[in-house]
Amino acid sequence: MQLTFRGVRGSIASPGPSTVRYGGNTTCIEIRGDEGEIVILDAGTGIFPLAQDLLKELPVRCHIFISHTHWDHIQGLPFFTPLFIPGNKVTIYGAGDPVSQRGIQDVLNRQMEYAYFPIREAELNAEIDYVDLPDQHRVEIGSVSVENILMNHPAMDYGYKVSCNGKSVFFTGDHEWPTNIFEPEDEDYDEFAQEIEARRLQIVDFIRGVDALVIDTSYTRAEYPSKVGWGHGTFDTSIAVAREAGVKHCFFTHHEPTRSDDALEQAFHQALEQNAAGQVAHEPEFHLATEGKPIDIPASEGLPGALAFLDI
Amino acid sequence: MVPQEKIDDMVDAMPAFSNSVMRVLDLTADINCSPRDIVAVIDHDPVMTMKILKLVNSAYFGLRQEVVSIKQGVVMLGINTVKNLAITIAAVGMLPRNSIEGFDSQEFLLHSLGTATLSRILSHRIGIPAKESTDYFVAGLLHDFGKVVMVQSMPEEMEQALNKAANEDIDLCVAEQEIFGSTHADFGAMLASKWQLPAALINSIGEHHELRTEDQDCPMRDCVVAANILTKKIAFGNSGNPQVTDLPAQVASRFGCNADDLLAQIENIDEQLEKTRSFASV
Repeated sequence: MQLTFRGVRGSIASPGPSTVRYGGNTTCIEIRGDEGEIVILDAGTGIFPLAQDLLKELPVRCHIFISHTHWDHIQGLPFFTPLFIPGNKVTIYGAGDPVSQRGIQDVLNRQMEYAYFPIREAELNAEIDYVDLPDQHRVEIGSVSVENILMNHPAMDYGYKVSCNGKSVFFTGDHEWPTNIFEPEDEDYDEFAQEIEARRLQIVDFIRGVDALVIDTSYTRAEYPSKVGWGHGTFDTSIAVAREAGVKHCFFTHHEPTRSDDALEQAFHQALEQNAAGQVAHEPEFHLATEGKPIDIPASEGLPGALAFLDI
Repeated sequence: MVPQEKIDDMVDAMPAFSNSVMRVLDLTADINCSPRDIVAVIDHDPVMTMKILKLVNSAYFGLRQEVVSIKQGVVMLGINTVKNLAITIAAVGMLPRNSIEGFDSQEFLLHSLGTATLSRILSHRIGIPAKESTDYFVAGLLHDFGKVVMVQSMPEEMEQALNKAANEDIDLCVAEQEIFGSTHADFGAMLASKWQLPAALINSIGEHHELRTEDQDCPMRDCVVAANILTKKIAFGNSGNPQVTDLPAQVASRFGCNADDLLAQIENIDEQLEKTRSFASV
């Protein structure tokens, strides 16, 4: 299985000289199964460079899993060139909008309404299927299986676990570990605390033991207090969960669009220091997700605990 | 009764209680409104609560676990989604206070809140863990949900039933049975079951006037049955049923006393009920 980050930026694309090392595209992750299956997690602007590469291997059969339908995760979809070419087959999976109760197809169709895009969804030449996923469902694609779990974000947001021949990657989508909406002196505080802890453990169990955890790590410790409830994680929460879930590698993603590469590295190192990284047993390896470099995830029985990308 | 296929549309189009609609609109006008204030408004309104539980437990979400309370809904879906669901419900409009003769929606809301509060108090008394007591509150809040749907969807027949019960001083269920062939309890349970709400909640709604599964151990139902009777005894609100009975034998044996004694044993009952009154007044 091979994983390539195609977009690692949160909220809005942020190209320019200060983001060139990690990349300025919004979320998109390409995963290739051992038998060449193509699984794409999210369709932010990062799906456009991926589309260019896929044109070299027509016809394309791919599966796009959308974590949630906020712009930065779907923005690239109308520019996903394989959709325009006959003979290609694309299946799009995800959750719709719970408030209007529209499915994933409708949400994406509206993105391609004439006011926003010159070509209508009905005019796309590839064969396109849509699948509304219920919570914790498994999709089998050749040697690859993809399972989803509801995460916490101001939208229906799924995290996806992609597994292939004993190797696995989990991507959180956008996610904030739930916080207590009550104050400690409120009657409901303890009950709510128990509920969110149960939910947190359910997600940690789902992630447990994956080879690579790709996790929304938008904020630093100092930034978070003014961003509570916005639906994103912090370096502190990501490090704690990676440890608790016993993952081998942890990739921080959804980099803040205003953060330069230098500032990102500084925040990363500061967080590792604050959390005494490397000083606990079975420490995961922490990385900043970086656009473009394919990462091999070798068979777990081959190189236990040491993946091929230890040197990045 | 209403054709099955129309029920969902009808309930979707049903407005919530006026005070909660106004509060939701007022609170959500401020982007920094407190999540717990929003939750408090929703979980004191039977229509908002039922609509959100219906959606959260629907195949649309396909959640692995049943969601019984709004707080659990917030844990699963996040406060922002729940807030936006409440805004969508508020946008439908407000239940009129007196849409038909014999039914005052404010008094109905008070009765529902009283039953909810007492159901929670009674759950503590029989040793239900605090963690589950919210579910008992929800069951009390929703026990008469069928009635408010019938008032909205079949106003003429429901007016007839309410008048008949009042004029002949008979149980509302008897009058409903005569006019509709079933009762508001049956109708509420049918809706809850159609929407795949948890079994204990369905039983509590469906059997709050008549225990059908007498040998079945259902502490939630028993608390709702007792709470409904006590709320009527102290005339906290009014749901249009003139008949007040004593506890059925099985419920009396669970609490070890009759309704009057049970009422006398609850400490600070007025104080506890007054706290919920604010949710029923504009």
